[in-house]
Amino acid sequence: MASLKQIARRLLSNWTAGYSVLAILLVVLALAFLSVIKLELVVNGLFLGAIIALGAIGLSLVYGIHKFAHIAHGDFMTLGAYAALFLLGMFFPSIGLESTGLGPFTFGYPVFLALPLAVLFLAAIAIGLDVGVYRRLRRRGVSNVVLAMTSLGVAIALRGIVQVIWGGGTWQYPRLSKPFYQLPMGVRIPPDGLFIVAVVLLLVVALYLFLTRTKMGKAMRATSDNLELARVSGINTEHVLWWTWAIGAALAATAGVLLAIFQAQLFPIMGWRILIPLFAAVILGGIGNPYGALVGGLIIGIAAEVSTQWLNPSYKIVIAFSIMIVTLLVRPTGIFGVRD
Amino acid sequence: MEITGILGYIVGLAIMAAIYAIFALGLNVHWGYTGLFNIGIAGFFALGAYTSALLTTATPDPLLFEDYIFGGDLPARLGVFNLGIDLWFVIALLAAGAVCGITALIIGFITLRLREDYLAIATLGAAESIRFIFLNERWLANGSKGLYRIPKFLGDLVSPQDYDYLYLVVVAVVLVILYIAVERTIKSPWGRVLRAIREDEMTTAASGKNVFSFKLQSFILGAIIMGIGGALYAHSVRFIDPHTFDPLLATFIIWAMLMVGGSGNNKGAILGAFVVWGIWTGTQFLPGFLSDPNFRYVMIGVLIVAVILLRPGGILGEERRVSRPVQPADEAAHPEP
Repeated sequence: MASLKQIARRLLSNWTAGYSVLAILLVVLALAFLSVIKLELVVNGLFLGAIIALGAIGLSLVYGIHKFAHIAHGDFMTLGAYAALFLLGMFFPSIGLESTGLGPFTFGYPVFLALPLAVLFLAAIAIGLDVGVYRRLRRRGVSNVVLAMTSLGVAIALRGIVQVIWGGGTWQYPRLSKPFYQLPMGVRIPPDGLFIVAVVLLLVVALYLFLTRTKMGKAMRATSDNLELARVSGINTEHVLWWTWAIGAALAATAGVLLAIFQAQLFPIMGWRILIPLFAAVILGGIGNPYGALVGGLIIGIAAEVSTQWLNPSYKIVIAFSIMIVTLLVRPTGIFGVRD
Repeated sequence: MEITGILGYIVGLAIMAAIYAIFALGLNVHWGYTGLFNIGIAGFFALGAYTSALLTTATPDPLLFEDYIFGGDLPARLGVFNLGIDLWFVIALLAAGAVCGITALIIGFITLRLREDYLAIATLGAAESIRFIFLNERWLANGSKGLYRIPKFLGDLVSPQDYDYLYLVVVAVVLVILYIAVERTIKSPWGRVLRAIREDEMTTAASGKNVFSFKLQSFILGAIIMGIGGALYAHSVRFIDPHTFDPLLATFIIWAMLMVGGSGNNKGAILGAFVVWGIWTGTQFLPGFLSDPNFRYVMIGVLIVAVILLRPGGILGEERRVSRPVQPADEAAHPEP
């Protein structure tokens, strides 16, 4: 009966099989829990988790390739959401593009224009910051902690800029209020929930194809493994670093816009508030592993939302933090992490 | 009248700057000497302030709709030991330091073995969690209504309008004691190990030093100093609520102070606290948008990035420290040409 051991070993060595076993275990666990917790909270947690996952995937990529904790990632999300607010609330109406309540959603078609523009804007900001700040420090050979420190300064400044321009209060995208959809088993979902899930799915698939099928994607994975080795094998690592910024910032901007749509409001601290869940998702999934970050984000989002059944909703961030601490104690490399 | 008004304003400013200088000293132990990246100063700030306030504030009065159940009322309890001084103040400061030290032990024990930037994320998360706990658990510290009527230290000695002068002296005495303590520990062999860890962890470990243990000790020492700073703050403003400990004024500005003054230099930390607090309060008198609090927010962030980019050593920079017995030999080895 050594075959059982062999099967286990083969499963562990085979990634896809390992993942699917883990996924099945998670589903069984989830079904067991469903008898105790409200399904509605799980579904809503999925939406929140999808947004956290989107931010966390970008953060994980930046963390894996630039090797430092990018503390301004939450504020990238804020800036992305506000950039779209500028387009949707001011610029588009001034040129006559105004519409809300497209199909089942609360927003109108201008969002489909504003989203790519906000993404481009944020990618440009990120590359600009790299040229102006991070590249200089890299060339000076400063430690990763100093880079993280710098990104803290960038985070404070970005949030300050948002507050100078838009003030400290709350804003909304132009929207048409719609009732929640009633699904069986007492589940109510917000009208924009499906849009959020669709965008996240689309971007995850696109990122997967980019990382596995394109030359730049492969170069990024190589750089993530070993920057020096990538450089000597002829990869232009500076370009890889820029692409990483651009993708990380683009995902952050999208996550910011989706978050603003999901919670139906924008405020300057929205990104900073979600920074701890982002890092929790990244660490849970293993630093530098975008697929891990996706799973981590979903777990954090669902756990945070489900916790509101027993706890005050403002403890969501404490739940995310607790999951992170438990991960650090039990498996510091994350669920899918194999190396540091 | 005008002169006393201005003087009173400056004294108030100096008290706050001196309290911030204590935080900057604590952060200097973390970052300046050991390279520990703590961005959750607000957590230790809050814990220190709340510990001291809860120990000393009078027992809650149900008639005032107060929700908290703690309330040490230390001054009244210690009144029976008439020692001629307000002993409760010292006990409260030490307790604040102890609570922060224990918290640092827990956070440090979990994260300091791992990648160095995990500490940053963990301290940030801890600070936010602590703030939310104080906000939501009303039985603990009155929730968002906050704690008020926090007692004055030596409040009976002088008239209320002159109290600020006395408290400035108190804060200055604590600051000087902590400054001397940190200077002495950093100059000791123990402090040398910390700086060695900051420069090169591998080599330090190879020299037989337990890097984790030293980092943990340094983290605890800095946290104790921050706790004492938080307690001094609570007895200075005499009202605290969870919103007092928002990251800008309880974490970021302290980072700006240390970076501007010069990390790795205790005099620099104190100087930076006075300079940045002077800029912070001074800019509110500027004309137009420059006095906008949000603009000052941008300024703190830009200040941190600019110092790292343009003058990594800050105003003073790190002092070159050579052990006394080595110095003559060093000079002999490199004689003046």
